[in-house]
Parts: sequence; C-alpha cells; structure tokens
Amino acid sequence: MSIISKSATQQREMLRTGELTSVELTTAYLEQIRTRESAVQAFVHINEQQALDAAEQIDTRRATGEPLGDLAGIPVAVKDNLCSEGVPTTCASKILSGFIPPYDATVVAKLKTADAVLIGRTNMDEFAMGSTTENSSIQVTNNPWNLQCIPGGSSGGSAACIAADLAPLALGSDTGGSIRQPAALCGIVGLKPSYGRISRYGLVAFASSLDQIGPMTGNVEDAALLLQVLAGHDPHDSTSADVAVDGYAESVTQPLSGLTLGVVDEHYGDGLETEIKSSVEEAIRVYESLGATIKHIEMPHASYGIATYYIIAPCEASSNLARFDGAHYGHRADTSTSNPTSPNEDALTRMYRSSRAAGFGDEVKRRIMLGTYALSEGYYDAFYLKALKVRRLIRQDYDNAFKNVDLLIGPVTASSAFKQGEKTSDPMAMYMEDLFTVTANLAGVAGISIPCGFTDAGLPIGVQLQSAPFHEDKLLRAAYMFQNATDWHQRRPEF
Amino acid sequence: MALTREDVEKVSLLARLQLTDDELNSMTEHLSQIIQYVHQLDEINTDDVAPLAHTLDITNVLADDVVEDCLSRDAALQNAPQRDEECFRVPAVL
Repeated sequence: MSIISKSATQQREMLRTGELTSVELTTAYLEQIRTRESAVQAFVHINEQQALDAAEQIDTRRATGEPLGDLAGIPVAVKDNLCSEGVPTTCASKILSGFIPPYDATVVAKLKTADAVLIGRTNMDEFAMGSTTENSSIQVTNNPWNLQCIPGGSSGGSAACIAADLAPLALGSDTGGSIRQPAALCGIVGLKPSYGRISRYGLVAFASSLDQIGPMTGNVEDAALLLQVLAGHDPHDSTSADVAVDGYAESVTQPLSGLTLGVVDEHYGDGLETEIKSSVEEAIRVYESLGATIKHIEMPHASYGIATYYIIAPCEASSNLARFDGAHYGHRADTSTSNPTSPNEDALTRMYRSSRAAGFGDEVKRRIMLGTYALSEGYYDAFYLKALKVRRLIRQDYDNAFKNVDLLIGPVTASSAFKQGEKTSDPMAMYMEDLFTVTANLAGVAGISIPCGFTDAGLPIGVQLQSAPFHEDKLLRAAYMFQNATDWHQRRPEF
Repeated sequence: MALTREDVEKVSLLARLQLTDDELNSMTEHLSQIIQYVHQLDEINTDDVAPLAHTLDITNVLADDVVEDCLSRDAALQNAPQRDEECFRVPAVL
C-alpha cells in the first residue's frame, strides 16, 4: 500500500518511528504532482526545491533527537489568499500579480512552527469570490473526477489537490461555502470552523464577519489534526475568539452516544438533485443505524440565506477591496498619457479607477459595485441594515435548533460538479450554488462536508453536519462515526 | 426595481472603478437582477429585530499602548509601484 494512500495521521506516525523520512514523503507527492498536475491544474505555485530542503532539514533534526512540531515533515498546500512571507500571494487576481507579502499569516506561521513542509499554493476564484474556481485570473482547475467539470470554489485548487493526492493536507477559506462546497464536489473532507476559531490575520479579507480558514483533507482525523494546529486566539486578530482549543485530534475517534441530528425540511425542495437527496437520506439512515436519533427542525429563515449573504458579503467586500488602488502595492495602471474621463477628475482618482479596472475580474467588479450601491446613501437601510436584521433571525433559527439537537445534517450543494462554462454567464444561477452553505457563515456556526456517495455519472456527493459555535469536537466525532461505518472517503479518481 | 445606467455610472465613481460601455450595460442588467432577487427580504418583518453585524460576543478589543517592533520602512515600501527613500509616490493631487 503506497504511502500516498495513508492518512496524514498515519504518515505522521511512520515519520515519528523512522519507518518513513520526510524526503521520501515529499518526493512521493512531488512525483504525484509531476504526473498529474498538468491535468488538474490545482497549483499556482509549487515550492519544489524549498519543500525538499525543508524536508531534509526536518529529517536531520529528527535524527538528532530534536523535538519537532505536530506536523513535522508533512506536506501542506495553502490557498493563494494566505500571506506567506517572501512568496508571491496573488489571490488569483491580476491586481496582486507580483505582490510579495512582508509577513506570514498566523496560520502559515503556525504551519511553520509545526514543521510542516509547505509544498505549494493553490488556485482559487479571484479574491475568493465564486463557486467554481473559474473566476481565477490565472488558470482553470479541473475536477479530478471529471476533468471537464468544475472542482467547486472558491477553494477549488485545494480541493482538487487533495482529491488527486497531490498533498495530504491543504488549507482553504470559507466565506459562503468555499471550503465545504468544493470538498463535496471533489469527494473530500472540508471543515469551516466557527467564526473566530482560527485567526484571520494574513488571510486577504473578502468579508470580515464571514471569512474563516479551515482544513481540507482526505479524511476526518486529518481535519481534526489540522484544526488543532491552527485554532486559537491571536492578538493580531481582534476577531479571534479567546476560547480554549479542545484536543480535537485526540477525541475525534470517540463516538457520540445519544447523538441527536436535526433534519431541516426546507432543504429538500425542488432544486435538489435527486441523487444528492438519496445519498443524504442514506447517510441519515447510516447515522440511525449507529444509534443517532433524527428530529425534524424548522429554520424559517433559511431560504433567505442567499439574499442576506449576497447583500452582506458584497458590502463588506466593497470596503475590504478598497485598499487595492495601485498606490501601495499591486498593479498600478499607467495613466500618464490618458485623458480624464470626466471634467473634474484628478490624476489620483484616474489612477485608482484605471488600476482597479485593469486589475479586477468581472465577478469581483460586480460584487464591489453591488456592495457600494447597497451601502450608499438612501439604500443603506433598505439593504445592508435589513440584511443584518435577517442575519440575526437566521442566527436565532440556529440557536433554537441547537436547543433541540446536537448537530444539523443535510446536503452541502443542490447539484454535483457541472461542466465548465455552464453557469459563468448567469451570476444569479451561480449564487444559488451556495444555498446550503451560506447560513453557517452568517450565523458563525461550524460546518463540515464529508463524502457520502457518488452520482451515476461518477461525481462525488457530500453531506454536511453543522454544530453550534465552538463545538467542533462534536462535529468531528460525529463525522468520524460516519467515516468509520462507510468507505466513501477512501475512493480516489483514476488517472 | 431596476437600476438605470446612470445609477451604475454614479456607483462606479464611488467604487473607483472605470467601466467600459459594454461593462456598464452588462453591469446594469446583472445588478438589477440581483437587487430584484434580494428584495425578497422585504417579506420579513424586522421591526423589533436588532442588526447582527458580528457573530462573536466581543466588543472593543483593545491592545495595551506599548511600543513594539513593527514592519521596517523598507519592507513596507517593498511592493510599491513607485517610491522614493521614504514614501510611496502617486500622481499629484494638488
């Protein structure tokens, strides 16, 4: 059994006992990349030499008996919106091409302290805005299960990387579903922690009250391991929670007895693909066979999630992306010879407008425009404030649900991976992909997508569990129970 | 409740985006569709509901007023499209 098919948790044990060296492990994944990456296009940057150098250093340190970090010698891929000192960070946008961060994101610093081997940076939708990774200005990433299909987004590169076994661990970010949806479409595990669980310092901000970084892995125990390494309060991020980090990696294999799962009836409407509905219902039956009790839960405001999200997220984005103006970093348009587009336009404004026009893609422009409009005088109350009020109602729906059940269970997406180009000309249709995932971000709760089946066409299906904030321990243990009773998570595409 | 092309032009100035004619047309169409969709929130009575901007129960997280090491000037200017010894250089405003 090849080293590639083992979990990172198992690889870690083999590294510890000396059965395996980090150079061997890293070389094995670099070989995977060599043979498969041209088909998948998951990476925007591969650190081949640095990864091997780092692996060698770790092996040497281990041989001298030096204490090592929790991920010592294990390759990790990182989404291209996480700042890594001295390494190009583009967020898959032209406006940041050539940008080299002068600092590490806290999660990157934590990976380094844990002695992980940073193997490369993964493709994404530009500034994390999208559900297919087609909005990347760099390249398209292909779903390893069907190369003509999208891998999901915005963390499509990280999802494809894990599905194609190009790295054992990856980081993604999730603002409206961007970890969970690509995880479902690529047949892997993706966890969005509670808001504030993982520091956002160094994550290029899309929507500050919604963004969270999270693990994307081949199995639940690896997600628990990665969460444990990354979680915790950070003085650099004033929105990070001062809540103790549980022993997620230790407790993950312990089943939960007396587990109650809530099924939200509003989820099972007409838009849901029949095969997804059957797989999710089958997953619920598996939980029943494991002793769980199912309760039917009402979440009266769940169907307003998309409308609420597609006001709040663009509003926050319009503010966060104002910094990309050609002044301090990134692309600056040459406006020295161009004429003013309006009589009173000063040279600086012209620089801002031209730099941003040239640097941002269509979807990013659309969301900036939407947010600017919704926050402008005369519309602020009707849109932004209104959306924040509905947000509170959505949060109350969750609070009420968790008084009656431990976790919620339901679909992750309404559709399985579709063909590239299918929804790119219809923004609204694309937004509907986030139907089952946005409410978790709005409410700040945790959610995990785990593989639970395949369509007849051979495309992966995921099931989502959600927990109350800071109950990732319960979430992971319940997810592990399902994994232990099934083998969907072991399936990998053929190459 | 559609947006006019004029509305979109005004917003593009606020957003510091220079849009082409084609972009103004498609933006007007797409934004109108999205605005129409999000108006469904009007169906919900939120008279007695306070806005929720933030999901963590924390306010005014302050740091001690202590001088610490920070980014060097050179590191801060590293990515500047135009710079001199001390500053970022931009087109004159005055």
